[in-house]
Amino acid sequence: MNIVVCIKQVPDTTEIKLDPVKGTLIRDGVPSIMNPDDKGGLEFALRLKDKYGANVTVITMGPPQAEEILREAYAMGVDRAILLSDRKFGGADTLATSRTIAAALRKLDYDLVITGRQAIDGDTAQVGPQIAEHLDLPQVTYAESLEFDGDKTFTVKKADEDGYQVIEVDAPALVTALASGVKPRYMSVRGIVEAYDRPVEVWNFDSVEVDPATIGLNGSPTRVAKSFAKGMKAPGQLYEVEPEEAVEIILAKLREKFII
Amino acid sequence: MDFSLTKTDRLFLQMIREFADKEVKPLAAEIDETERFPMETVEKMAKLGLMGIPVPVEYGGAGGNNVLYTMAVEELSRVCATTGVILSAHTSLCVAPIMHFGTKEQKEKYLPKLASGEWIGAFGLTEPNAGTDASAQQTTAVREGDHYVLNGSKIFITNAGYASVYIIMAMTDKSKGTKGISAFIVEKDFPGFSVGKKEKKMGIRGSATCELIMENCIVPAENLLDQEGKGFKVAMWTLDGGRIGIASQALGIAQGAMDETVSYLKERKQFGRALAKFQNMQFQLADMETRIQASRLLVRRAAWKEDAKVPYSADAAMAKLFAAETAMEMTTKAVQYHGGYGYTREYPVERMMRDAKITEIYEGTSEVQRMVIAGQLFK
Repeated sequence: MNIVVCIKQVPDTTEIKLDPVKGTLIRDGVPSIMNPDDKGGLEFALRLKDKYGANVTVITMGPPQAEEILREAYAMGVDRAILLSDRKFGGADTLATSRTIAAALRKLDYDLVITGRQAIDGDTAQVGPQIAEHLDLPQVTYAESLEFDGDKTFTVKKADEDGYQVIEVDAPALVTALASGVKPRYMSVRGIVEAYDRPVEVWNFDSVEVDPATIGLNGSPTRVAKSFAKGMKAPGQLYEVEPEEAVEIILAKLREKFII
Repeated sequence: MDFSLTKTDRLFLQMIREFADKEVKPLAAEIDETERFPMETVEKMAKLGLMGIPVPVEYGGAGGNNVLYTMAVEELSRVCATTGVILSAHTSLCVAPIMHFGTKEQKEKYLPKLASGEWIGAFGLTEPNAGTDASAQQTTAVREGDHYVLNGSKIFITNAGYASVYIIMAMTDKSKGTKGISAFIVEKDFPGFSVGKKEKKMGIRGSATCELIMENCIVPAENLLDQEGKGFKVAMWTLDGGRIGIASQALGIAQGAMDETVSYLKERKQFGRALAKFQNMQFQLADMETRIQASRLLVRRAAWKEDAKVPYSADAAMAKLFAAETAMEMTTKAVQYHGGYGYTREYPVERMMRDAKITEIYEGTSEVQRMVIAGQLFK
């Protein structure tokens, strides 16, 4: 079984700073990490590998330094790592990104493609489903668990807002993973020691077959109207009182705000 | 000259910090309180390859180096000094001498199980009457045909009871003094070997520290480590490396206490402002930060020299001396700056202060480190 996991390097912060003019992220000085949902998806893949002997490839689109998360993926146990990097891919919105990644996936053999649900820097949750559409693959989103029957069928526990659906899907398929469903393994020491001796394949525009007008900034129909940092909420008030009194205080506050 | 970490170092630090914070820190107070050996943590460390960091891949290790190993001990000790010393005693005092002095057969027999963490390692030199003066060994080893018979006892043995393999020093020829000491690889199941009373300690209370008793203990002749009479050399070489491990432990304790103190001083307000705003606090912690950074440079240099296979005995002694005294000073100040809260077990600095003290004592007291350093000055 061949599994391809799409991963992304994201800034490790909840206080994202924005360039007020361009409306884009300022990444300088912010540590970068593997996107948590993607790491959860990678763990799904590695568990299938442990159990069924799958071949796991990770692929990321980004600038040269995105190589760091590919090294991390090697240290966690993947077999192959591909960096999709070209200035022509830059400035892409979700549609242009998914077209580029789909073009790369067409070059690969896969029974299963896993992406994270969404990246913590953009929170769109669009790239995974779009890749599935470009490749005409069945997709199951928001996976909290992923099982395989050893033949061709995956069973996915899909989280909804108010419950779960258990969905069976045959290979080849695409699944988007939730970080909450699984605890990713730590990198092993030997994996770390060997990570930088292993090959990272760098694929550029010439490595994939894609119409240049449909990728990068030019191929991105999305226009950001406005970007803003979430405002600080007012500080909370702490009352250390008995439950009965607490109820009275809460009711009074709710009435004060005309909520009840 | 290049002081930067390698990419591999940075990747390793990313892993070990997360492991320490998520897997080790949550247990630290409980294993201290209950004096419980954290076997579940050892199993987790084993799974990641942490029990065999510097062991070559051909012997089942991770193929890493001593710099990575010191980072591991430091980061574990930052949150739990007990866990730090379990790894340090295992790696520096048992795995390392087998790697360095062992025959091919000894390495093939012992290293894979030690590196995988299936077996924990330990080391026995100290006796009731032979501490710093290691030459006063009373444990004897007498050759009888294809084996040796060991008699005597060892005390203050870290990992005792949980370890499967012990490097044991014994006199094969009392008339020769230190040149009559030999080193042996002793398995816990060898006839006549047993673990005695467990010490109740001030700090590192989760680590097992026990007496070892050898009563007509039968050790196969092929388990002699290096040659007869070379045991003192084996022990001194082993302790040089061990000191880098303990220096890393001390460094981790100091860093842990610094981290706790900085976050506390930012939160705690007196006289209408955070304690962190008081210049006396700032200056005191600036001094301690300088000492911690200096300790780290000494530790990493000693480890780097060991990896580069150049003499590092005095470097290891300086690293341990300075880091241990820094840990004691930092943790004492951490308790002081936490005030009454610092004296309670609600805050980790109280444990850290108790844990720090041992780093000035074991694997050579601070006085011994000064002897080693002076010995090089006046040789």
